[in-house]
Amino acid sequence: MEIVIVSLLNGLVYGMLLFMLASGLTLIFSMMGVLNFAHASVWMLGAYFAYEVSRFIGFLPALIIAPLLCAAVGAAIEVWGLRRVHHNGHVAELLFTFGLVFIIQRSVQMIWGMLPMPYRVPAALDFPLFTIYGANFPAYRGFMLFISALMLLAIWLMLKKTRIGLIIQGALTHPNMVSSLGHNVPLVFTTVFAGGCGLAGLAGVIGGNYLVTESSMADAMGPIVFVVVVFGGLGSLGGCFIASILMGMIQTFAVVIDASIGDVLKPIGIALSSETLLGEILTVPMARIGPLLPYLLMVFILLFRPRGLMGTRDT
Amino acid sequence: MMPFVRQIAASAFALTALCLGQVAHAQGTIKIGYVDPLSGAFAQQGDASLKHFAYLFDRVNAENPPLGKKFEIVPYDSKLQPNEALIALKSVTDQNIPFIMHCAGSNVAAALIDGVAKHNARNPDNRVIYLNCGALASDLTNEKCDFWHFRFDANTGMRAETLVRGLPKTLQSVYVLNQDYLFGQTLQKETKDFLAKLRPDIKIVGEELIPLGKVKDFSPYISKIKASGAQALITGNWGPDLNLMMKAGADAGFELDYYTYLAHVVGGATAVGATGENRLYTVTEFHPNVPVEQKSVEGEKFVTEWRKNHDFDLFQMNNYVLLTMLAKAINKASTTDAYKVALALEDITAKDPLGHDYRMRKEDHQLLEPLYASKFTKDVKYDSEKTGLGWKTVAAVEGKDLDQPTTCKMKRPAS
Repeated sequence: MEIVIVSLLNGLVYGMLLFMLASGLTLIFSMMGVLNFAHASVWMLGAYFAYEVSRFIGFLPALIIAPLLCAAVGAAIEVWGLRRVHHNGHVAELLFTFGLVFIIQRSVQMIWGMLPMPYRVPAALDFPLFTIYGANFPAYRGFMLFISALMLLAIWLMLKKTRIGLIIQGALTHPNMVSSLGHNVPLVFTTVFAGGCGLAGLAGVIGGNYLVTESSMADAMGPIVFVVVVFGGLGSLGGCFIASILMGMIQTFAVVIDASIGDVLKPIGIALSSETLLGEILTVPMARIGPLLPYLLMVFILLFRPRGLMGTRDT
Repeated sequence: MMPFVRQIAASAFALTALCLGQVAHAQGTIKIGYVDPLSGAFAQQGDASLKHFAYLFDRVNAENPPLGKKFEIVPYDSKLQPNEALIALKSVTDQNIPFIMHCAGSNVAAALIDGVAKHNARNPDNRVIYLNCGALASDLTNEKCDFWHFRFDANTGMRAETLVRGLPKTLQSVYVLNQDYLFGQTLQKETKDFLAKLRPDIKIVGEELIPLGKVKDFSPYISKIKASGAQALITGNWGPDLNLMMKAGADAGFELDYYTYLAHVVGGATAVGATGENRLYTVTEFHPNVPVEQKSVEGEKFVTEWRKNHDFDLFQMNNYVLLTMLAKAINKASTTDAYKVALALEDITAKDPLGHDYRMRKEDHQLLEPLYASKFTKDVKYDSEKTGLGWKTVAAVEGKDLDQPTTCKMKRPAS
């Protein structure tokens, strides 16, 4: 029982971190059709910026300045990069962001080196919030949950209750119509791209010291964020939210399950050994393949429901 | 699209390396091809080794010049992928370089052993020796052993024995966790074997294999270890897989001791920081406080010279021995011909600056070197990566005491 509650909390924290990253990406993806490969790299930049800012003026200013810097980087990428390659179609855009991944990673390695940064949780938040069955729940994780919930609320309010949100929603589905109505669609695109990068930066600020700030941190995060976006469905923040939490939970719970598919089949009379067909795969404990499950889920959703969980149109 | 882009990158890299190599040739040096991850998630390891080599090459070139010339390193990026390493091998042999050196990744090493053996069988006039500077799975010098492969570092079996010997008498229960690839799987098995043999009183309360470099959040593993009631964790994880796990453990405020095989490699000390104090252990071939503990002036100079312009620790004493032995073997054979040098390397001995003995065992081409089980603590002269904490030896084992049996049945070519 205790492991269920602890895992539930861990899954929630990780899921919310994924959501902060994925929400920006899903907005960009659904509005501009650009699968921004460099999204996780901007996340990494956010962590490095936050480390630098917090070294000099503290963590709280970093929480605001680092996302703004990332938003500025995002705006620059959109205006001087993506907009130019846009006429050459989606493949060009894809390749462009793909190249950015390497450029950003290499730049980070050249500026900050390859060693991990000593970016630590601020002392004011470095205490156990409560103890659950003997394991501490750090206050910083509570803070992460709070920030991400706040962000979710802010995005929702902006998209649903403001005029800008209305235009963004319109541009999501009918960019030409919105443009004909006299709105500056390129500006909307830039805003959304910068906003998405800002959100990734925010995730970097609070994720950088929760995980480890190092030049390879984007490598493992990039693919999983794509899984979330595809799984959640295009143009749907709700789907993205559910997918993030689901992926967080799956990865957390899979680890604590030692049973394999073979063990589940045993009671109903099917005995498996390494001799039987696919036996090697079916007898591997769930814990060992847990981190790969999200990718398996993505394959299935693309096969059987290509528009994703709550998507409004096909990928 | 991915493979295509990577191919272009690989060829561009190979081309650059080729140009570099040709420049080097003009100066009449003895070149050593060096393959390791220089980009991607594990680049920090390759980069750290490259910096070690820059330091060690200078030193050995001055002390022990091979045939009166200098060694010269020609680096290639393996991206920790066997196929990339084989491309590098092709480039090395195309330039008639007789030595290929590789450290990180036992799966890559297995591919290289095979690739080198095949190449040498097919091209008797252009043969190459594989100098293994840190791929540790013991299989590589047992079932997979090969005449052309020399391992200049203690294997997983030797490290497991040193780690188990260094465990405190009070310890009763452990959890064993490793990465799911050749190196981790071997360690998993050997750790359990040596626990059963040397410390049957210790109970293994849980074991786990995790995918290499895929896990971001280790807190679920930590709760699982906690639930198992283990007092200590034994792990061979390295790079981000170790750093993230220790961080998650510290965040949960979990009083757990970490007995690791690779916490000392670059970045480990920074990522762990103060939370690892008196709780983190490692098994290493050298650390900066060894000369202090053994009162070796020459050894301490070796460390202080390095610390002048590096902010991470000097560890790879084995690679100093590698270059020294290679230089001695080349001088003994009076040639860089791979076959003659390989014969000269068998049973060759060398000393490190502290005076410890090293021997390249003839039966399986495995180096016998001293190992140090060490603790991460404040009570040291030289700290690691400016954390204020450093490594202190708790148990030292000489190379001759780690002369474990091998199952290698080596086939030696006639000429």
